[in-house]
Amino acid sequence: MYSADIIIEALINGLLTGAIYALVALGLTLVYGVLHIINFAHGALLAAAMFAVLLTNQVVGLDPYVQIPFLMVIFFALGYGLQRLVIGPASHGRDENILLVTLGLSIVIENLLLAGFGSDTRSLNTDYSFAVFEVGPYLLGQARVFGAGGALATAALLWLFLSRSDTGKAIRAVAKEKIGASLQGIDVAHVYAVTFGLGCACLAVAACLLLPTFYVNPKIGSAYVLVAFTIVVLGGMGSIVGAMLGGLIIGAVESMSGLFLGESLGQIGIFVIFILTLLLKPTGLFGAKA
Amino acid sequence: MLEVTGLVAGYGSTEILRGIDLRVEAGEIVAVLGSNGVGKTTLNMVLSGLIEPRGGDIRFDGRSLKGTSPAEIVAAGLIQVPEGRRIFPNMGVRENLELGSYGRARKNRAKNLEKVFDTFPRLKERIGQFAGTLSGGEQQMLAIGRGLMAEPKLLILDEPSLGLSPLLVEEMFALIERLNGAGLAIMLVEQNVVQSLELASRAYVVENGAVALSGDAATVAADPELRRTYLGL
Repeated sequence: MYSADIIIEALINGLLTGAIYALVALGLTLVYGVLHIINFAHGALLAAAMFAVLLTNQVVGLDPYVQIPFLMVIFFALGYGLQRLVIGPASHGRDENILLVTLGLSIVIENLLLAGFGSDTRSLNTDYSFAVFEVGPYLLGQARVFGAGGALATAALLWLFLSRSDTGKAIRAVAKEKIGASLQGIDVAHVYAVTFGLGCACLAVAACLLLPTFYVNPKIGSAYVLVAFTIVVLGGMGSIVGAMLGGLIIGAVESMSGLFLGESLGQIGIFVIFILTLLLKPTGLFGAKA
Repeated sequence: MLEVTGLVAGYGSTEILRGIDLRVEAGEIVAVLGSNGVGKTTLNMVLSGLIEPRGGDIRFDGRSLKGTSPAEIVAAGLIQVPEGRRIFPNMGVRENLELGSYGRARKNRAKNLEKVFDTFPRLKERIGQFAGTLSGGEQQMLAIGRGLMAEPKLLILDEPSLGLSPLLVEEMFALIERLNGAGLAIMLVEQNVVQSLELASRAYVVENGAVALSGDAATVAADPELRRTYLGL
């Protein structure tokens, strides 16, 4: 059996990682909540963002954290353009088409990454990648602490934007009442594109926060998206609070099952939760009833 | 102010509107009457730009609305309070009203919010509540209040009395009269023939996607065919 200190330390580290998972899930749940589609390209876009961080670091020498504001804006624009110019027009207003278009996009993006970077797994080392904070008896990876702080700050900013700004309110209005929103002069196509852009901006921030400790390859997205999807289901489809809380829970569960079952089985806890949620509370913690 | 000529529209292969002609002048209440399924709501959706017309023309304030987006139509001052209210259930009363000024009169938001609360003191009492938890009558007030936030030149009300108790229906029609008294042009789309004709200056009766009867409200009310069909007399 492990000592209490080891368990608590693993729990805290799990929560820290969970906060970044939550940010990935946030983008997914936001797009689902407003456009009512699962964005299958979410993982591939995350991988693309991670490669962008890596490349910028190697070419320009910018620290991943310094890249956050730039990459966020670029990925917002990318997401906006994708929805407005590709996904929206190609779907002709049918949800099942949107699914296929995002699936197709993910294949295109992954293969572009493969062609550009090869299939090797890469990582980015910073001065703080292996540094730790000593908090009492616990050792916490600095990059994880920064990552969690950045993820929570981003989530708080997004929440402020959605609850205070006119555009944010328009997004929430479109999520529940498209026709009612149109009749107030809200341009639904624009709101969809802004939402998709915000989802991509979340990914850009997550990529900057992940890279100091996590590796990247063109297929990495699917690993995160499986976890993110579990978080979204656990938290309730479309719920932002649910995604945040779900992320923290999943991070803790992953860390605990890793500790007790061994690293290779760490993710088993996540999928047990996934199945249990679907069996016992399909609407998730904060989900609306269908 | 609003002039519709030969309007044709539909969904897929189904034609709903088969050449509608009507007009609304400044300061009027015009009733558009007809039973369920004659195309009244489709007409409103076309006027608000949510469905593209297949033929005919819509002119508002001297310019054609054909090919304009819903947002541009709102910006021009043609505001619709839709059937079924279509308020934002997941948002508070204040946020619903604020979004009423999303596409028009945003600068006057604070002032108009006060005006709406003066008109509907009930909404002020409910200000922090989620719109989805309001009663049917309160939701209808909210939908109309949201419409007024845009400082409409012409307000289209689609079935404002639907689902309300007789007492609330009285209240609703009194309110419509008050709004019109303040100079607002209103197109009242209703199944409630008797009360609508008492209020309106002119009326159109729509049947099967076309105007079957039109004229002064009094003339329309006296029409023997209308009395037989809608009033059972």
